[in-house]
Amino acid sequence: MSPFTTWDIVRNLLLATQWTVLLSLIAFAGGAVVALAALLARTSRNRWARRGTVFYIELFQGTPLLMQLFLFFFGLSLLGLNVPPWLAAAVALILWTGAFLAEIWRGCVEAIPRGQWEASASLAQSYFEQMRYVILPQALRIAVPPTVGFSVQVVKATALTSIIGFVELSKASTMITNATFQPFVVYGFAALIYFALCWPLSKSSQLLERKLNVAHRRH
Amino acid sequence: MAVGLDFGALADYAPVFAKGVAVTCELTLVVGGLGLALGILCAWVRTQGPRVIRPFVSIYVELIRNTPFLIQLFFIFFGLPAVGVSLGEMEAAILAMVVNLGAYACEIIRAGIEATPRGQYEASASLAMSRLQTFRYVVLRPALQRIWPALTSQLVIVMFGSAVCSQIAVEDITFAANFIQSRNFRAFEAYIAATLLYLALALLLRQGMRMLALVLFPRRRAVR
Amino acid sequence: MSLIAVTEVRKRFGANEVLKGINLDVAPGEVIAIIGKSGSGKSTLLRCINGLETIDEGSIMVAGAQLADDELHLRALRLKVGMIFQGFNLFPHLSAGRNVMLSPMVVKKISAKEAEAEARARLAQVGLEHKFDAYPDELSGGQQQRVAIARALAMRPLALLCDEITSALDPELVNEVLQVVGKLAEEGMTLLMVTHEMRFAREVCDRVVFMHQGRVHEIGPPDIVFESPKTLELRQFLGMT
Repeated sequence: MSPFTTWDIVRNLLLATQWTVLLSLIAFAGGAVVALAALLARTSRNRWARRGTVFYIELFQGTPLLMQLFLFFFGLSLLGLNVPPWLAAAVALILWTGAFLAEIWRGCVEAIPRGQWEASASLAQSYFEQMRYVILPQALRIAVPPTVGFSVQVVKATALTSIIGFVELSKASTMITNATFQPFVVYGFAALIYFALCWPLSKSSQLLERKLNVAHRRH
Repeated sequence: MAVGLDFGALADYAPVFAKGVAVTCELTLVVGGLGLALGILCAWVRTQGPRVIRPFVSIYVELIRNTPFLIQLFFIFFGLPAVGVSLGEMEAAILAMVVNLGAYACEIIRAGIEATPRGQYEASASLAMSRLQTFRYVVLRPALQRIWPALTSQLVIVMFGSAVCSQIAVEDITFAANFIQSRNFRAFEAYIAATLLYLALALLLRQGMRMLALVLFPRRRAVR
Repeated sequence: MSLIAVTEVRKRFGANEVLKGINLDVAPGEVIAIIGKSGSGKSTLLRCINGLETIDEGSIMVAGAQLADDELHLRALRLKVGMIFQGFNLFPHLSAGRNVMLSPMVVKKISAKEAEAEARARLAQVGLEHKFDAYPDELSGGQQQRVAIARALAMRPLALLCDEITSALDPELVNEVLQVVGKLAEEGMTLLMVTHEMRFAREVCDRVVFMHQGRVHEIGPPDIVFESPKTLELRQFLGMT
């Protein structure tokens, strides 16, 4: 029998979970900043800003995240930088998250009726003033449910960083499996931990969406 | 720049990539078909199937949608042998991907089914069709047509996700890139090439799904 | 013996009783129009006869068979009674011909060849044999409704229920549908129709039922019902006061 108790396995998995959570938070926060910038560029009046943003979004949405991780991991070292896995993981995830959030939020901005743009323009507001005071506050409300929903994708995406050697929940699972020879138990618990992280987010996204729909119907 | 790019070094490995592309295509096509079938079955259960099994389908869908594919794959490939179910890497990859796609497809298709106008059910009923006949001949096709774009996107996501299968030694595109960079130490070039291959396959897949839609749904407009 | 016998039928939606004890007998070959204000329960009555709504009390017999709400009995009933809807409800993914062929093939299990011959004949009956391959979104509202009639006829029903079948049509398309229905009446089809087309009701129907607040308020031959309504409500409905 293996000298590891089930509790040893769970404890070590939970320790590694911190890194999954931390990486998720970094990716999400960083991605949100990138997405906001991309959103402004995407809806701006500058044609090249728009085109550049579309290219960025298509590129990151149109290729596998695993390839993006490999490219950052190996690509940056090509420039002579010694890239630790956590840095490549964070950068790739931030840009990946940013691309998706930018598209989700653009949908929300476009859901705001044209009249709101026209009315604020007729009040002599600049583009940024329109965005800041009229459009974004309204778009924010409808953006919450899909944004929370996407955070689930971010948490799950962090699992891929194990492949470039970042030690989080998935990598820890593999390492513990190699030590305990209990893959069924280890991966089973890892799945349950991921579920415990993701399911509340999924559920709250659903509930928020339902609440928003009800609010809309009351109008 | 310390090191220049050299894509010429990849030319010798073209057959390796070709094999990888074939495997990734095989995975995607097989999984697309089986996953869609599973998704339709689960969506039927969740909307009009036997009430006793509905909770089980819900649990399956929630479990899959809230855990990473990597863990699902490792659980199936490494974990299941512990309880006596041993699968080869290709079988494990296909099973994991089908189970994964099935859950997402279930939710997507369910939305399409729920958008069916009530009149369609009433007309079918007045023509003496059973519930199952109604689902099969009246509800299903327009429902799929409504959600075809979402289904296409999900299939692309599943194809991108298949890159992970290289981790259990499925010899797909990513496996090819890993193999090549371990031989010629040109990691960046290898992964750029792999990325471009995925990009091209995604475009091809979307085009293929559009053409399939033309065959499956001769009517462009989904009426009301 | 009557083909359709409705006896003391009551139907509630929550606290709201929509049918308050309906009695109606329809003889084979009879053409009956049901008129009344919206909310008088006339559509609900029709839907009950086709089993699309369950009834709370009373009984409905069609050709001697009792209406029950298990699927087997319902399907047996619906083989005898066809229904046409206000919103046509054609299947959008099937051509007109396929719409007509579908149910005979999957329910009656007849071969595709026979079903096609039947569909062509029924489409010809409604004047649309040339639209066999057209899809619903390529047809006008009137044509769609005629396909819906052909689709119901292909099941060889003993009676047809028509639920405001011209109400969703542009005025200029109403006549082509009424003509088809008129022809069916002449050929001896049993028809039970909820309608707002008073002139048509008067010309074609054997009897007219006026429903008011969930009850059969007046019933009789059209010339009596329309010429000398007995009750104030019917006179108001007909705009005679």
